[in-house]
Amino acid sequence: MMRRAYFKFSWIAAALLAPQLLIIFVFFYWPSAQALYWAFTLEQPWGGGNTWVGFDNFRKVLSDPYYWGSVRVSVIYALATTVLAMTMALVLAVFVDRQLAGYKAYRVAIIWPYAVAAPAVGLAFQFVFNPGAGIFSYINTIAPGWWDLSKYPWQAVTAIVVAGAWKQVAYSFVFFLAALQSIPRSLTEAAAMDGARPLRRMVDLQLPLLTPTFFFLLVINITDSFTDSFGIVDTLTGGGPFRATDLMVYKIYTDGFRGFDYSGAAAQSIILMLLVMALTFVQFRYVERRVHYT
Amino acid sequence: MTFKLATTAMVLLATAGTAHAEKIKFEYWYGLTGDLGAVVAETCNRFNASQDLYEAVCVGQDGYDKAVQNTIAAFRAGKHPTLLQSFDAGTADLMLSGEFYPVTQLMADTGVAVDWADYFPGIANYYSSTSGEFFSMPWNSSTPVYYFNKDHFAKAGITEAPITWEGMEEAFKALKASGQACGLAYAPSSWIDLEQFSMAHNVPVASNNNGYDGLDTELLFNTTLHVRYMEDVQRWLGEGYAMLRTQAAGKTARDSFVEGECSVFFSSIADHNTIHKLTPAFGWDVQIIPTYEGVERKNTVVGGASLWVLSGKTDDEYLAAANYLAFLATKEEQQFLLENSGYIPVTKSTYDALLAEGFYAKEPFINRDIAMKSLTWSEPTPLTRGIRLGGMIQIRAEWQAEVEAALAGQKTMQEALDTAVARGNDQLKRFAQTYAGKSFP
Repeated sequence: MMRRAYFKFSWIAAALLAPQLLIIFVFFYWPSAQALYWAFTLEQPWGGGNTWVGFDNFRKVLSDPYYWGSVRVSVIYALATTVLAMTMALVLAVFVDRQLAGYKAYRVAIIWPYAVAAPAVGLAFQFVFNPGAGIFSYINTIAPGWWDLSKYPWQAVTAIVVAGAWKQVAYSFVFFLAALQSIPRSLTEAAAMDGARPLRRMVDLQLPLLTPTFFFLLVINITDSFTDSFGIVDTLTGGGPFRATDLMVYKIYTDGFRGFDYSGAAAQSIILMLLVMALTFVQFRYVERRVHYT
Repeated sequence: MTFKLATTAMVLLATAGTAHAEKIKFEYWYGLTGDLGAVVAETCNRFNASQDLYEAVCVGQDGYDKAVQNTIAAFRAGKHPTLLQSFDAGTADLMLSGEFYPVTQLMADTGVAVDWADYFPGIANYYSSTSGEFFSMPWNSSTPVYYFNKDHFAKAGITEAPITWEGMEEAFKALKASGQACGLAYAPSSWIDLEQFSMAHNVPVASNNNGYDGLDTELLFNTTLHVRYMEDVQRWLGEGYAMLRTQAAGKTARDSFVEGECSVFFSSIADHNTIHKLTPAFGWDVQIIPTYEGVERKNTVVGGASLWVLSGKTDDEYLAAANYLAFLATKEEQQFLLENSGYIPVTKSTYDALLAEGFYAKEPFINRDIAMKSLTWSEPTPLTRGIRLGGMIQIRAEWQAEVEAALAGQKTMQEALDTAVARGNDQLKRFAQTYAGKSFP
């Protein structure tokens, strides 16, 4: 049963809604509309006017082989960070849920990374992955020149995936832990008494009950890795070597803000927005209906 | 000086009507950070302490590109500063926007005197129209040189730092023969390898005299001596004379030079002061960037940034800004800047005075005037005035990514440069289309 409040005088409702609507309009619809307008024009950065060019910006972007490279690496990055982050988060959450030794310290320590800003994460991992001085430089003492982010695209992609996943772990961890702890103890205890070992209890009992959380985190993580990764790329690889880590969102940033190509960046933003919307739609349409028990 | 003060006071009375008890303030946004940012902030303090009519409110913007980005955003909201420190790559858009007050015009309108003829042509041309009007005020200027390890050179039996690429290659061979594992610490830099190289060799980067003569410009650097040079660099890397030293590869060229790992690296003269501060444990010196034999060497051009006055401000603010700019042009302030950084004097009179005082003969400034030699090597030709291309930041990025791909063996250098040119030309077309019907002032 749901309760609803009815307002007899609709102007009160309008007045109460107005501030909220205004904020949404000013901060969401207006900029989006402007981006849409810019995507169909050539905008002068200092605001001296613009020319209508129709779909030219989109045509230019979509016919650029390097742009497709950027799309490909963005998809790889999104899937890899999501899988890696969620797996690690789940394992860590299970540890904490099972109250292994020192779990309280874990709980705090694992939440911290989420508070670290993306560029700082990139900087930290720059030291980790540095071929000359970082932890990975030990590889080079065994096999000289083997680890070199400036030379091997796959190594650079690995580096941003690890850094990105590291940042995402904390967020997923919090949700997984909450979900695990909301599973009634009596269920797991009953299973234990029936002779189910921890792994069996995990697979047959806890995981199925976690699926709504799992789904929610999947959507959040994928969306986030498409839109919130440019800080890591900027500080860790700068999009290189030779555009191997030039993620879509990073390309938007460099073209638009650094290169003053506002229109090209606007067109790319709209493509990115459509892609994220499509992915979210697919997830809700085909995944969500399998995760809820009624 | 008294005359100048009297003029300013008159203009002040004329524009403000009544005398102000408060100082007239204006905002100045600058991009330099770290040590150099502190020097900018200090020049503001020195200005504010020097007189009681005007006050500079100086705000650091954390980097040149952020300074320009933030100013554009502020400009669109009508809250921009009066003065902006902008780097060369942001110039073309600013020029075509028309939203700036040419400094020559500003000084004429406010009656503040600056001797424009005193500026070095290699610096003046970069920031002025073909008719000689200055758009922006040259301030922190530099040009590239190469730094070399004197001890390594002596050990290899090199008596004189080469000024030709052929001589440089001989030096690399000698260094290697003497047991030096890394001759050149190489980091691809469009500013040095492409732009300044083309200036010194008097070859075009782009048509229309490097973009000065119109917006329908096309890049040409895949057809000039630049290709031979980049292929040489690639060969030197392959033959072990040079090593790639970039931040992404783990160590910058400057670091590996200072640590004594590599014998030579190319950079801006602005690094001179920093290397002194890092005090490497060996003797070192600087030399002008080499040219190929049989080429008549020309001047290099300035890097660094200049100060732009933006439109839409009050007469009072313009007057204050004009006084600040005139203040920066004085010999004392130029000397303050270059004593605390690696930058060079921008006016002939200051340079001559410093030479006469023996400034460049004593540590830590010894031989820093090699940059002046490079800048003033010849009168600027139509190809060595500078580069005026739209989308310069993206063109540089295309060059960088393609050269990196070639150096990693993914394609030949010629293919890489062809691709960079083709993609850069798209940027130029786009720029011309964005500013259709306009031309550089």
